[in-house]
Amino acid sequence: MSYTSIPPKPILISANQASVSYGNLLALGPIDLAVKAGECVVLLGPSGCGKSTLLSALAGLQPLASGSVTFDGHDYAAPKNTPNRAIPGFVFQEPNLMNWARALDNVALPLALAGVEKAEQRARAQAALTRVGLLAYANAFPRTLSGGMRMRVALARALVNDPKALLLDEPFAAIDELGRRVLDDLVLQAKNDQNIAILFVTHSVDEAVYLADRILVLSPRPGRIVTEITVPSYARGPEFLTSTAYAKVAAQARRALVPALV
Amino acid sequence: MSKIDFAPLIAGIYILALWEGLTRISGLPHVILPPPSAIGMALIDRSIVLLPAAGITLGLALLALVISISLGTAIALLFARFPVLERGLAPYSLVLQATPIVAIAPLVIIWTGIENPRRAILILAIIVAVFPVLTAALAGLKAVDPGLDRLFTLHRATSSQRFLRLELPTAAPFLLAGAKTAAGLSLVGVVVAEFVAGTGATGGLAWRLVEAGNRLETATMFAALFLLALMGLSLHALLSFVENKLRN
Repeated sequence: MSYTSIPPKPILISANQASVSYGNLLALGPIDLAVKAGECVVLLGPSGCGKSTLLSALAGLQPLASGSVTFDGHDYAAPKNTPNRAIPGFVFQEPNLMNWARALDNVALPLALAGVEKAEQRARAQAALTRVGLLAYANAFPRTLSGGMRMRVALARALVNDPKALLLDEPFAAIDELGRRVLDDLVLQAKNDQNIAILFVTHSVDEAVYLADRILVLSPRPGRIVTEITVPSYARGPEFLTSTAYAKVAAQARRALVPALV
Repeated sequence: MSKIDFAPLIAGIYILALWEGLTRISGLPHVILPPPSAIGMALIDRSIVLLPAAGITLGLALLALVISISLGTAIALLFARFPVLERGLAPYSLVLQATPIVAIAPLVIIWTGIENPRRAILILAIIVAVFPVLTAALAGLKAVDPGLDRLFTLHRATSSQRFLRLELPTAAPFLLAGAKTAAGLSLVGVVVAEFVAGTGATGGLAWRLVEAGNRLETATMFAALFLLALMGLSLHALLSFVENKLRN
């Protein structure tokens, strides 16, 4: 078999010997990773291992102690050098919605901040809300929405400016099982339909196996990648959750996590 | 909220009737406690004097309120941008805040009010009313959701975008609560300052109150008090109205 006819997918997110420290305390790294377009990489690790910190660093929200991070070829550790660099979509642990603004205006915020024209903002925010199934709630205020719906609004906001990559920081931890499945499927849909590179942080093994093409297991603080597990590309869906392939990968991930916890 | 509760109205009528009855039966001199009917008559008889005086007092209180809201917000913004200013000046503002306004009033009147008592009254009212606005605005600006703050950073919001889309909406409910307190205090400030100024040159309602007291016109005093209470309530109602408008 030869794959030479298929052009290689570009690497969109990368960390090269990246580390973060708080004062003298090394919090994370050094870490090397690369996420390609249309690939979902899940960072799995115990609480406090620096998963969220790594994600912040990749988004340029957290300065590095050493190494570098790049997004779409731009060095993110030196944001002043690339003022017009692309912005990745980011979903935080909390929905982080503006409770004084309607769902539509919350979704449109990244476009508004980028100076996109009003009519276009509206059309694209409506399209993003449609994608997460909440167009009927465009005029609703966040306080009238359920936790899962608020997270879907946050996801729509992260996707509204058609980012090349999506970073998600344990976004659905507080959502009930069913709602989480809906959100996970929306993430997979974004990956498949728009060829987005996805880096997803979670401490749930089930969620990791369900979402990932690759799982990177991190050690406790300072977090380093201890194991990389490739998940075979079976069709995702309810059946996948009860398959032997799923159970095999989940067991592998749990085994990798156990030494990380002791 | 659509249903009106008549209990306070009925209670009020009972209290007024009891007051009227007791003052008449007991034969208490009207100088000590006039019956409500006498107060009503005084309100009508003296309205030529009382209403313009009320207008002056209310005008000064409103002006003091507007200036306090703008000034308090502006100082809060300055403090939020330059925290060193807040750290440096906060202890002194506390001193000014903790000193009773009645004690500061004579000085302010000497400095600013000799040729223009109304200016001194305005300044004194602002000194009392500006602090709740400042404190509330500062609290509001600091109440910005850290998650939203990161989102704005991620999307490289300019400082004016951050102010208009994040800081101001976050601070608005705090500011309104502060303005409500300031409304009451600006009226208190004007009344206290008029008392201390102690001259008819201001022509305000508090001065008429003192004047009526000196003449033992107790019913007129009550009439003036009634108007002052009405003003305080109106200011409060006005801000509650604005608050409701902004919330919806």
